[in-house]
Amino acid sequence: MKKNLNGRIALIVAVLLIFIYGIFGIPSGFTGKALLASITQRIHLGLDLRGGAHLILQVQVLEAVSQETDDIAGQIQQSLKAASLTFSQVIKPDPKKPEVIQIQGIAPGKSSDVRSLLDSKFSNEYDISGGSDNNFTLTMKPPIEVALEKKTVQQAIETIRDRVDTLGVSEPIIQEYGLGENQILVELPGVEDLDRVKSLIQETARLEIHPVISGPFQDEQAALASVAGNIPPDEEMLHGSGQMASGSDADSVFILQRVPIVAGSDFRSADPSTNPNTGQRNVTFTLTNEAGDKFYDYTSQNVGHSMAVILGNRVREVANIKSAIRDRGEIEGSFSQDEVDILSKMLRTGALPASLVYLEDRTVGASLGADSIKEGVTAAVVGVLLVMAFMLIYYRGSGVNADLALFLNLVILLGFMGFSGATLTLPGIAGVILTIGMGVDSNVLIFERIREEVRAGKAPSAAVDQGFAHAWVTIIDTHVTTIVSAAILFVFGTGPVKGFAVTLTFGLAANLFTAVYVSRLIFEAHLNRLKPGELVSI
Amino acid sequence: MELFRTVNVDWLGKKWYFLGFSLIFSIAGICSMGWHWTHPEGGLRSPVPLGVDFRGGTEVQVQFAQRPDLDAIRQAINAAGIRDARIQTFNDPALNEVLISLPEQHNENALDAGRQQIVDTLRAHYNNHFENSGVKVDVVGPTVGKQLETKAAMATVYSLAGMLIYLWFRFQLIYGVAAVVACFHDTLITVGFFALTNQEISLTVIAAILTLIGYSMNDTIVVFDRIRENLRISRRESLPDVVNRSINQTLSRTVLTSGLTFITVLSLYVFGGQVLKGFSFALVVGILIGTYSSIAVAAPMLVAWQQWRAEKGSTAAVLPAAKRSKA
Repeated sequence: MKKNLNGRIALIVAVLLIFIYGIFGIPSGFTGKALLASITQRIHLGLDLRGGAHLILQVQVLEAVSQETDDIAGQIQQSLKAASLTFSQVIKPDPKKPEVIQIQGIAPGKSSDVRSLLDSKFSNEYDISGGSDNNFTLTMKPPIEVALEKKTVQQAIETIRDRVDTLGVSEPIIQEYGLGENQILVELPGVEDLDRVKSLIQETARLEIHPVISGPFQDEQAALASVAGNIPPDEEMLHGSGQMASGSDADSVFILQRVPIVAGSDFRSADPSTNPNTGQRNVTFTLTNEAGDKFYDYTSQNVGHSMAVILGNRVREVANIKSAIRDRGEIEGSFSQDEVDILSKMLRTGALPASLVYLEDRTVGASLGADSIKEGVTAAVVGVLLVMAFMLIYYRGSGVNADLALFLNLVILLGFMGFSGATLTLPGIAGVILTIGMGVDSNVLIFERIREEVRAGKAPSAAVDQGFAHAWVTIIDTHVTTIVSAAILFVFGTGPVKGFAVTLTFGLAANLFTAVYVSRLIFEAHLNRLKPGELVSI
Repeated sequence: MELFRTVNVDWLGKKWYFLGFSLIFSIAGICSMGWHWTHPEGGLRSPVPLGVDFRGGTEVQVQFAQRPDLDAIRQAINAAGIRDARIQTFNDPALNEVLISLPEQHNENALDAGRQQIVDTLRAHYNNHFENSGVKVDVVGPTVGKQLETKAAMATVYSLAGMLIYLWFRFQLIYGVAAVVACFHDTLITVGFFALTNQEISLTVIAAILTLIGYSMNDTIVVFDRIRENLRISRRESLPDVVNRSINQTLSRTVLTSGLTFITVLSLYVFGGQVLKGFSFALVVGILIGTYSSIAVAAPMLVAWQQWRAEKGSTAAVLPAAKRSKA
């Protein structure tokens, strides 16, 4: 009885076309080069194949917590003074636990006053305890601490992303690293000079304001000429450019005092705003308490002088001191909206409240990556050819069946990779090779069973039916166990191992389709054309 | 073409040979692991050499344009004040690659110092003779190394637990235990081979080992499936006979599928390059041993268990046919 197979054939052809699209997209041409270009666009290569740098950094979040509590300690002191409540000191008793603040030496009898003052101002974020022995302890509430730590990590990520942008790296990855606490993963494809990258990333932590001695000069000679060729030891020369620094985009040189007024962690935040009186756009920033004092001292003594904002060792902006500034200030100028945004972003991203420690770095050179691709693909091609040849020799006509299914399997697998945007790593290529070997297993299972049934005397179509029916359960068993293994590897593995798990899973899933549905179809097409009495070629 | 038309081998009769074979390799592996344990490298105790993923430390792999002079390199590195560096050639001699490794840095703030010094020294002395793009660097600090160890251990435990549960669900418990014992046997011998050949275990090698556990499990399941089917059909044959027949019936399938997978993995070992060497070695050994264990370890264990129980008098030497969801 001949079955109508056209519907099923159409389905398989449709699947084939869809996944070919997944691999190539719509190629610009059909030459080898054009096809290769479209593949590399669709399928992402991992660092071990493309070359590049991989860094894991840990954000020292306790520093941020410490900053915050230092600030609060200052505020407590001010509030107590303002309310005329005496105390001997406000300290952080344990440097390893920066979330704890202690107020010592409260005047006896004033405990309840102090308590109510603390409650009114700080009870939202701190747990307040004590009072019996003239001491109070404030502990940052755990949810607040966790939120602060998360925010610090996010800020660090933003900062790093901005800096990395200036490198012009294509498709950088900067994200939280799930396997550890407060860790950031940075992957920069194509970057080979790790030193430059690392210094750039670490430089983001430093934002400084220096007093300007003189400038802008056209170049270093002009600057030297102004000091008769000798820069005094407590001054330094720095380059800068841009509207806000020298008024033009040309590179200029400034002479600044070496020691900054405020720097780095002295800044707490920066935001764009508008001056209500003049309508001019400016940037408001806040400093920490300690830094605020420093800044006040300096600015009140230096009205009319200029100071320079330095980021990444370059002068970014020169501002005139109009009046004394404490911890909240405005940087003024006739800024455009863009300039204001850039400046405040710069101030904000420059204000990294915690330092970064490198936990791991790996680089793979591009030529090594290319070698890996070559080796992986060679191994895959050899493997595929050997397997296909074997199937043809051992199973004759049915071997063609298996080879077609294998080919379709590979197309679907690569198409999956293209569609899902998954990354192909070197172990991923190994996963493809393993899929070939394990995939063809399913065909062997079915064919062996069919041979048994034929030997037991069954008619061809019955033999084929029985073959598929019996083998089905075992095929499911073997595929499910391996896919479960792969899933566990995906959850617990790092980048390259994840790539392996992905190709293995996709490949086995594709194999379930090709080994059973497609092979079956090819058999039935073959059976349709058998003359009565003729046997299946297997 | 057919290789296994009528096979009638008495597998269970050979079980003592199998046991001997397994014991030889297991003991060789264990001895080698013991040796590695008592000869710790760079202060880290481990039964098998560990890759930089777990061990931590710095590894700089450089490809030179001409054959590198190891002594000159060593002198340069020492002169730069770099301590405890290990310098060796690496990979195919034609590629002129050198591997320089430093032990783990406990101070993470200085993590990168070693790498920088090495690269600077090499650059100063060899200047244009090595290309930046032919360099591979791995610097791993203690925090990350520890995290990775934990994750690898958890992955292994979950894998094995998952297997055991799955087998328990599909077969009776004794089948599951026999299969898991076979898997332990496979893992032990594979890891033993790494110890014997002094190869490093990295995270990708662990991935390979987990994969081959799954693979060995597959193989064992196929044999068990057939045993169960045959038990259902003939209740009067003795157990060893049924098991022998089952193995013979599935032999064709087992050898062929393992053979095909083995071909692909061998291709990977030969052509796949240095980075995957450990991974492909694990798979090559693992597939061979995994196939062997389904026939030589899991099946005899099943029979031995039942015969032991029969001798105790509780039941006849018949294996439980177990549940099966669909015929």
